[in-house]
Amino acid sequence: MTGILFLEQLLNGLGFGLMLFLLAAGLTLVFGIMDVLNLAHGSLFMSGAYVAAQAHQQSGSFVAAIALAVLVTVVVAALLEVLLMRQLYKRDHLAQVLATFGVILVADDIVKMIWGPSPVMAPTPAALSGPIEIIDGLPYPAYRLVILGAGVLVALALYLLVNHTRVGMRVRAGASDRPMAELMGVHVGRIFNGVFLLGAALAALAGALMGPIVAVQVGMGEQILIPALVVLVIGGIGSVRGAFVAALLVGLVDTIGRAFLPMLLRATLPPATAADLGPLFAEVAMYALMVVVLIFRPSGLFSARA
Amino acid sequence: MRSKSTQPPVATVLSRTLRSLMLASAFGVAGAALAAPVKVGLALDISGPFAALGAEARAGFALGIKQLGGKLGGQPVEFVQADMAGSPDQAKQLVDRMIQRDKIDLFSGPIGSNIALAVGPTLFAAKVPYLSSNAGPSQFAGAQCNAYFFGTAYQNDQFHEAAGKFAQDRGFKKMVMIAPNYPAGKDALGGAKRQFKGQVADELYTKLGQIDYAAELAQIRAAKPDSIYFFLPGAMGINFIKQFVGAGLSKDITLVTSGFSADEDVIGAVGEPMLGLFNTSHWAHDLDNAANKAFVDAFKKEYNGRYPSVYAAQAYDVILAMDAAVKQAGGNAQNREAVIAALKKANYASTRGSFKYANNHYPIENFYLRVIGKDAQGKITNKTVSTLLTNYGDTYSDKCPMK
Amino acid sequence: MKARFVLPLVLLVALAAFPLVAPLFGMEFYIGFVRRVLIMALAAASLNFILGFGGMVALGHAGFIGVGAYTVVAFADAGVMSAWVLWPMAALVAGLVAALIGTVALRTRGVYFIMTTLAFAQMLYFIAVSLRKYGGDDGYTLPARPELGLGIDLANESTFYWVVLVLVALALGWMHRATRSRFGHALMGIRDNETRMRALGYAVFRIQLVAFAIAGAVAGLAGALLAGGNGFISPGAMHWTQSATLVVMVVIGGLGRSWGGPVGAAVWLLLEEVLKQYSEYWHLPLGLLLIAVALWAPKGLAALSRKKKAVAA
Repeated sequence: MTGILFLEQLLNGLGFGLMLFLLAAGLTLVFGIMDVLNLAHGSLFMSGAYVAAQAHQQSGSFVAAIALAVLVTVVVAALLEVLLMRQLYKRDHLAQVLATFGVILVADDIVKMIWGPSPVMAPTPAALSGPIEIIDGLPYPAYRLVILGAGVLVALALYLLVNHTRVGMRVRAGASDRPMAELMGVHVGRIFNGVFLLGAALAALAGALMGPIVAVQVGMGEQILIPALVVLVIGGIGSVRGAFVAALLVGLVDTIGRAFLPMLLRATLPPATAADLGPLFAEVAMYALMVVVLIFRPSGLFSARA
Repeated sequence: MRSKSTQPPVATVLSRTLRSLMLASAFGVAGAALAAPVKVGLALDISGPFAALGAEARAGFALGIKQLGGKLGGQPVEFVQADMAGSPDQAKQLVDRMIQRDKIDLFSGPIGSNIALAVGPTLFAAKVPYLSSNAGPSQFAGAQCNAYFFGTAYQNDQFHEAAGKFAQDRGFKKMVMIAPNYPAGKDALGGAKRQFKGQVADELYTKLGQIDYAAELAQIRAAKPDSIYFFLPGAMGINFIKQFVGAGLSKDITLVTSGFSADEDVIGAVGEPMLGLFNTSHWAHDLDNAANKAFVDAFKKEYNGRYPSVYAAQAYDVILAMDAAVKQAGGNAQNREAVIAALKKANYASTRGSFKYANNHYPIENFYLRVIGKDAQGKITNKTVSTLLTNYGDTYSDKCPMK
Repeated sequence: MKARFVLPLVLLVALAAFPLVAPLFGMEFYIGFVRRVLIMALAAASLNFILGFGGMVALGHAGFIGVGAYTVVAFADAGVMSAWVLWPMAALVAGLVAALIGTVALRTRGVYFIMTTLAFAQMLYFIAVSLRKYGGDDGYTLPARPELGLGIDLANESTFYWVVLVLVALALGWMHRATRSRFGHALMGIRDNETRMRALGYAVFRIQLVAFAIAGAVAGLAGALLAGGNGFISPGAMHWTQSATLVVMVVIGGLGRSWGGPVGAAVWLLLEEVLKQYSEYWHLPLGLLLIAVALWAPKGLAALSRKKKAVAA
């Protein structure tokens, strides 16, 4: 296995991990502060992907498409928050699972009504369809470099926001000990609204960026939700830093399973079997990782909770 | 709940029931004298991994149905159409419902071989003829062949054997092969390997419906082949070709494929990068026979001037085959033996020209080499170059015990 | 006869009579449908055992259904078609797998328990997908119905239906007895106040583990019947959304009520079937129903009509 191959696969895994981070960051803050398990987060991802695909096709501008996708999703999230999420704060996890699962069903059908049951083609922007030779011998697809760049920028921005601003301080306070924070004068409710909308924006961004490389179809939210939840648990509830580390870990494990392992297995097993076992390892390893982390650090790697 | 005083006496209830039963059976007998409408079940890929191909097939079915005025063999028909989302689970449930509740007489629709394998046994057990508008699994071609299955389109391996032969003749030395990890994918690479004698540097199996090929493309880059043989129908192929070009690999590596990844649906989505791509198929829209010319003209008129794809042509053929069979069975689709015998004779004008089945109900047909170029109007589309294989059967027919 | 036996008995008789009545209305197809409702009622009841009576929010129960189904597949593939082997083995293997998973999962609580049960179920799902021998993602077609011997032909729809009915009725009855036993009361006690039960000296972990294993075993049996009846099984039956649907059924039917599982399964599947006839967008009303139940009837429909017993939330 050459260095080029290794590097290329690593970059792929990193890209996937960063997108997972975008999803998990919002999820972890929402759960951390308000103790709400929001299964419908995946539907916000789906909304971002669909709106971006449509807007890109009609306007030709990828940037405008992303902006519109984020805007629309944030509006939808605001409605969702006011109409439903507010009622769920005082409820137990079971009721939250039930209600947000209901939202998934409703969202799936609404998307189906608007865009039809067939998957939608989300084209990569023409300017980014070619490769960029990042090092000699590795023409890496420009679009994926953009995803990596966007992911890193967002991570940086979140880091600055959460750790170096007053708002971020209040968010961290609310995530770590809510009653105490309220006693100290933090308007946790209002903070939460903002965090919920920020999470929705990040999910929509992830959806818009990933549209061209995943199938934009009904049910895409459910697919990405589970890995996002796993990242949440591994990283620790309420911790953005934890979500970042966990997301990269999961992205790495995924690449090892999907890319490196089949390579090794193909030496001894028939190619079809190797192709089966690779993804199996990737998935099982991700869940096993979560279970192992929970055994040794029952609250995750960097839990914000006291 | 009615009180005792308003309930009619038991005797009256009994006689009323008896009377209605007699009336019902009388109508039933009278009804049988009039031909009951033929019921055709179509399990379609409206959503799922083959949605785009399913849409093509639907266009073909719809055109055939429209031209025949919603009749088969002159009999009124009820088409039971539903989406099975490319999921074997849902397809099985749908077919169970079609057989038990809707009591279908004929069946077609699925694009994927995995679906065909999942629903086939149920249909055969219920004696419902299944005409395949696309899938041609090898499993139904050999020892497990069945009188109620008609691979009206093709047998999977055939396409890829033709392509493998082309690659061999072209002189490619080192090839990477890639296909989805499902029955047709395995048939595909098996078929290609049978004819391509050069070195197969790597055999990559991907997930059905996979859109992101970054991992596989990195592998291909490392293997440094001179050619890639890929079988990635529908959206899979569209994304693979785009990402292949996007990864800068098209400079040194030639793509070879079967017609599935080089037909109208993919051309429409990918466009210019596909010029010069050689592919194999048993049908092309410029095939020179009367039925095909009429079909292509009617299709272009019906669907805004676009060319039909192989999926549309195959679906259209299925409708024609059903029409001929019902007519030749005397209009009675419930007489399954007669229908099977008529279907086997394949006595209809196919868009592929003369058409006949081998003993295992898979076709013996020609395979052509096509290349993607521009037509007289400058539209990017396939052009037939030559005939690669004439009257070609499949590798499994001698294992089938049917005559 | 005690009043509370009347309704179940009437229901049993009506269900038993259904295959005889259905052909008169041209509804033979629905014999298979009611059979599936019965099987899902069993699965939901097994989940209710740990969720409603045990307070364990397990979001991976469909995994055990899958284990049972694939055990049948494994034996059938090896040529064993006797129901006397297939069904008990399905329950046994599923129960064992549940016990193994439980030893890890039951060390966690709250959302971590939810995620851990989900994670294990996903592992089972992906193992099934990778098992090419048994069809993988494309599923496995069973060659024939299992054989029961004794002159009973399970290929006959009505016969299979009655066998399923008997099994489900027996299993439901048994689980009902279990909830009324000392074990069941201990389980409910743990649900209501785990710390107190531990202080009182109850082996909390062991009780929960046994309950978890029983629930898994019964779900495995349901899976075996499901695969046998449909003649087909695919990993899709173990997808996490199926587990979520089971939780939904239990909550709708009534958490911790004996009839919670069956009522929820029947309501959900009937609604689905009816809605499907009217529109292809049947997810929407079901989703709205879930939201409504979560907000206004979180203890389920069965709880709405009954007077609230003094049970801690």
